[in-house]
Amino acid sequence: MTVGLTPDRAEASAGGAEPLSARALADAVRRGERRASEVVEEHLAAIEAVDGELGCFLTVTADGARRRAAEIDAEVAAGRDPGPLAGVPVAVKDNLCTTGVATTCASRILEGWRPPYDATVVARLAEAGAVMVGKTNLDEFAMGSSTENSAFGPTRNPHDPSRVPGGSSGGSAAAVAAGLAPLALGSDTGGSIRQPAALCGVVGMKPTYGTVSRYGLIAFASSLDQVGPVARSVADAAALFDVIAGHDPRDSTSLVDVPPACGPAVGAGVQGLRVGLVTELTDAQGVDADVRSRVAEAADALAVAGATVDSVSIPELRFALPAYYLLAPAEASSNLSRYDGVRYGLRVDGDDVADMNARTRAAGFGPEVKRRILLGTYALSAGYYDAYYAQAQRVRTVIIQAFARAYERFDVLLAATTPGTAFRLGEKIDDPLAMYLSDVCTIPTNLAGHPAISVPFGTDSAGLPVGVQILAPALGEPVMVAAAAVLERAAPSTPVPRVAAPTLATAGMPAVGGAR
Amino acid sequence: MPARITREETAHVARLARLDLTDDELDRYAPQLAGVLDHAAQVAAVDTAATPPTAHPFPLRNVLRADVPVPSLDRQVVLAEAPAVEDGRFRVPRIIGEAP
Repeated sequence: MTVGLTPDRAEASAGGAEPLSARALADAVRRGERRASEVVEEHLAAIEAVDGELGCFLTVTADGARRRAAEIDAEVAAGRDPGPLAGVPVAVKDNLCTTGVATTCASRILEGWRPPYDATVVARLAEAGAVMVGKTNLDEFAMGSSTENSAFGPTRNPHDPSRVPGGSSGGSAAAVAAGLAPLALGSDTGGSIRQPAALCGVVGMKPTYGTVSRYGLIAFASSLDQVGPVARSVADAAALFDVIAGHDPRDSTSLVDVPPACGPAVGAGVQGLRVGLVTELTDAQGVDADVRSRVAEAADALAVAGATVDSVSIPELRFALPAYYLLAPAEASSNLSRYDGVRYGLRVDGDDVADMNARTRAAGFGPEVKRRILLGTYALSAGYYDAYYAQAQRVRTVIIQAFARAYERFDVLLAATTPGTAFRLGEKIDDPLAMYLSDVCTIPTNLAGHPAISVPFGTDSAGLPVGVQILAPALGEPVMVAAAAVLERAAPSTPVPRVAAPTLATAGMPAVGGAR
Repeated sequence: MPARITREETAHVARLARLDLTDDELDRYAPQLAGVLDHAAQVAAVDTAATPPTAHPFPLRNVLRADVPVPSLDRQVVLAEAPAVEDGRFRVPRIIGEAP
């Protein structure tokens, strides 16, 4: 593979933050060295140039972005500080509510719906000076691992457009990888931030459950869903996390304890850190040889940096996937009962209310959403509740207890993010179980409510990005980010995507194969 | 573990979930659901006799706030997004039959 520079190596060679990093852009805007309007125009032009091929965005909010950028420039001109993400373009997954801007969840049932309020994370972005440039594609209602389940067409992987970007936050991961935005928001219920981040060669972070408000995140599985950052570096992901994390009285599951800031932890290193290499999430369950090799190299890199690395077996994790595919659909079947054709979205008329409901839902939901509703309704129905749903809830406890034992011996855990690299469009779409297995390494974290982060760590033999994952106990974000940053600095180069913004290729990173 | 889900059970569950599925969809989904449920049935192998269920990753506490009125969503803005409205309300088809 052609050599490229990881963001931090680019930083080192440039003697500062990578020119396209969110932090560098914000600093330049705050100091008046660059205008937010210019930064935003550059990114809108990149979206215009390459998104026809990639399909990252369902809506591009060009007018709103220009207005907001002008406001930020006016603030700077008036001597005020617009905030830590001043002028930084951000792409927002289309399951986060945005006032007056269509929010579809990539579903026909919500096509054209304009929410009357902003998700708390969207409001926090605005308060921090960030500029939303658009709403990104996803698997319908965040159910899927390839973004092929979008009712509005798939997103393609910038490294190879014949392959999927992963999912469900595939639009967000692909947009960041292709340089269409330095930052994006995704949501992670069973791996939906980390898995696409791994497949697209970017950083994806799933925070501790309750650290980031779910208010305005359209619910899939409420006990598992969490909003988090997608970025091209660990430091940028940490900066975005610090902006969106915090207690929200409008989310009853929001933690009152705010996690300590992650930004300062990025350079903390791993000296003396105890790292457990999880056998079940590395060597088992059909993990590709190339992925195993990268994880082993990542373990070596942590050891070289001063960590103590030992293998650990957590056999209970083998039951995470089966438990998840009972619990998540059960919660989904309940949450999605609200799409009844009455208050918002699609309605298909019927003879009476029940008939209208059933026709509306049949016409509005795609195949994967229907399958999950059926699965969940079945798992909750009389006669099956104890064998399926209640037993899965007990297995969830078993998994939480197993993690707790592991964290008595280790500060963080190391694992593969995904069993394989980006697969081809259509390859798994007719085999739900094969698709579900894409999430085998990410799901345990969601069941426990813990944080985890995926960091790019080299490629497979075909040159496709590989992600490795650092898992931490609840509220362990700072130590997790410190370990992730060490891996990022040690990582083999990741190629610049084949389809990317022109600015990405000229930022010191040679393009691969000249395909543009 | 329960027996494999049948096409008839799939149709029953679809009715419970208010999904008006076609025959083709039932033919397709029933074996797919059976495959996923076969995998999910592995949870039965875990000994959980002494283990309580977890519904939520952290202990939930009731959340109260001061009983002070705060602005709510504007009715016109909300109704503007509804499929059908009448007299400032959501309009739906009849729920029960006409009186004879």
